[in-house]
Amino acid sequence: MQLTMSSSPHIHAKESISTIMLDVLIAMMPATLGGIYFFGYRAAIVVLTAIAACILSEYAYRKLMKKSSSVKDLSAIVTGVLIALNMPPAVPLWMVVIGSAFAIILVKQLYGGLGKNFMNPALAARCFMLIAWPTAMTTFSEAVGNVDTISSATPLSVLKGVSEGTIPELSASFFGNIPGCIGETSVFLILIGFVYLLIRRVIRPHTTLCFVASFALLTFLFGKNQTDYAQGYYTLLHIVNGGLLLGAVFMATDYVTTPTTLLGQIIFGVGCGILTFVIRQFGGYPEGTSFAILLMNVVTPLIETATIPKKFGEVKRNA
Amino acid sequence: MAQTFKGGLHIDDHKEITNRIPIKKIPGAPVHIFPIQQHIGAPLDLEVSVGDRVLVGQRLAGSSAFVSAPIHSSVSGTVTDIKQHLHPSGAMVTSIFVENDYQDEKHPDIQPPKPVDQLSREEMLEIIKNAGIVGMGGAGFPTHVKLSPPPEKNITHIIVNGAECEPYLTSDHRRMLENTDEILNGLTIVMKLLGLSEGYIGVEQNKPDAIAVLKEKAAERGNIRIVTLKTKYPQGAEKQLIYAVTKRQVPSGGLPADAGAIVINIDTVTAISRAFTYGKPLLERIITLTGDCFAEPGNVAVPLGVPLSYLVEQAGGFVKEPKRLILGGPMMGISQYSLDVPIIKTSSCILALSTADTTYQEDSPCIRCGKCVTYCPINLMPLHLGRYAAEGNLEQAEKYHILDCIECGVCSYLCPGKQSPLQYIRVAKQQILENRRKKQ
Repeated sequence: MQLTMSSSPHIHAKESISTIMLDVLIAMMPATLGGIYFFGYRAAIVVLTAIAACILSEYAYRKLMKKSSSVKDLSAIVTGVLIALNMPPAVPLWMVVIGSAFAIILVKQLYGGLGKNFMNPALAARCFMLIAWPTAMTTFSEAVGNVDTISSATPLSVLKGVSEGTIPELSASFFGNIPGCIGETSVFLILIGFVYLLIRRVIRPHTTLCFVASFALLTFLFGKNQTDYAQGYYTLLHIVNGGLLLGAVFMATDYVTTPTTLLGQIIFGVGCGILTFVIRQFGGYPEGTSFAILLMNVVTPLIETATIPKKFGEVKRNA
Repeated sequence: MAQTFKGGLHIDDHKEITNRIPIKKIPGAPVHIFPIQQHIGAPLDLEVSVGDRVLVGQRLAGSSAFVSAPIHSSVSGTVTDIKQHLHPSGAMVTSIFVENDYQDEKHPDIQPPKPVDQLSREEMLEIIKNAGIVGMGGAGFPTHVKLSPPPEKNITHIIVNGAECEPYLTSDHRRMLENTDEILNGLTIVMKLLGLSEGYIGVEQNKPDAIAVLKEKAAERGNIRIVTLKTKYPQGAEKQLIYAVTKRQVPSGGLPADAGAIVINIDTVTAISRAFTYGKPLLERIITLTGDCFAEPGNVAVPLGVPLSYLVEQAGGFVKEPKRLILGGPMMGISQYSLDVPIIKTSSCILALSTADTTYQEDSPCIRCGKCVTYCPINLMPLHLGRYAAEGNLEQAEKYHILDCIECGVCSYLCPGKQSPLQYIRVAKQQILENRRKKQ
């Protein structure tokens, strides 16, 4: 009889990194499929390109550095899908490839791989691309149309008054029939993913809710409304248009780059909401979600150190 | 409403394997092995030598030190050997080998003491000490020491720990069902000893039959409250149990008495009852034989000192070859590599599993999911503790309160990165305590 020795505990939960990543992928499916439905086959090609480029970058880097392969943990696929969801449907594919390699190699692997990166790789890639190729990254096609011919401004840029156009109906924005990035247009489909993540206990709701709530409150109180709509309606338009929910659900909840403490997550969410509001209202870009989350990623270690939970037993002794 | 604490989680408990099987009495083995270290405290001196005939209940080793508990023979027979032998903790410990003559001859000193109401507090403590009773939940702290809190501590709650939150274990559950009166009697004795008019028994919700019978019998006495606890690991951890029952926190670095409470184990109160009723020292305990390997899993009353191999034989052997053998529960028990190890006062379960635990992966990363932080019953941050401990950064580990860790194992159980923070935490804690001792 050969007995294995182990240190307690001797049993473990079934959940692993790959099951969590699989859950995240499942949660992103509605938004991804919705993007493909709204923007056509071109969106599907962008998604597949990003996934392939991420897997390849991950595999090649680990191989070259003589490290164990980490493709099986599915995190590279999650990054690929997230990058794709953040791309305009007509983005040139070679840019997607470079962005994906940037995310995996520079942002993730160079810092030590999964768990060690301090910025969300997909978001860092998106911001890098936004700066490197501003025109390509902000040329959006009309939903359910031909990506090659029609391009239009996003509802956010119209709301901000930096481009001409019509503001879509609230319901169109909610269901996703608007111009924008592949995965950000349908609030409804993103929320399905959010509910799935909550049910599977992959994430807690605090970060997302604090993010959206603080953003909404600030926009309602201080938003420079240049439309004819009431301030409340204007606020709702700001919530359902742009990448706010995509970011709040799938990127502000990234484990690696956000605090692990409950209070830290609340602070992180509120910080994201404030920064998104500030950038959207006063910044040079009509959209601010990505930059807001990235900035908060950078202060995550500080937030975490400042919010070490009060341990059990910090009470006076019975004398 | 079930009472509980913050943190922790419900773990698949597998108690259905044995929780309906009544306790079976196991006869003595041909040879019993008594390690002279079955308690926390001063080491014991041998009181027998090779060749001596010993009787049931005879002292084999003892000490005059206050923090100690003597060891008695559970069988009559001859001392055949005294030598270093493998202890369940993994260490080699001086052990007394007694060959059983199956005469079951009792030592004449085993006589019922005076009725409880004629005993002074000191006499009562003496009876408990002489009976060799220790905390049978696992730590083995001498019970008479636990029941002698410093006079300045105002003790308001005596709590019997019937939570049995470890998966697989059902020995306390069966005790509560089958020896209800002895448990209540033992608790009543302890209440008198502490001068308390009320006592508590905390039981997890997953044992409704035990709660029902305890409530029914406790109602006849009127001064014992049965507290229903939420089924959640580690509900039976001392600090968590005290919090669930009293809503008081044991201060960091302090003892239960600092929260005005004392907790004792189910088997321990049973042993107390027997010491006061029959004058019997601690000679047996209940063991759950469980897992997917035993031909006849169940709960057995075992005379102390029988080797595991004998118990396996009594349970009809193995139907599947075990890859792991754990003494105690799967969360806090100690894995064994040999069946030569004897049952001691603090053993509670033999868990035989046919699957090797291959989840631990050294190069798998921490993805900062924060589950260890969310579920830690002490509100610690095991992800940082594990990392600092592994790096040997004891200073930072202390800043993150490593010494408050109760080693329940929730963090390592949950970790999706298949890391084992507890393994490192345990080592670092020992190092820190050792460094402190050296400084003094």
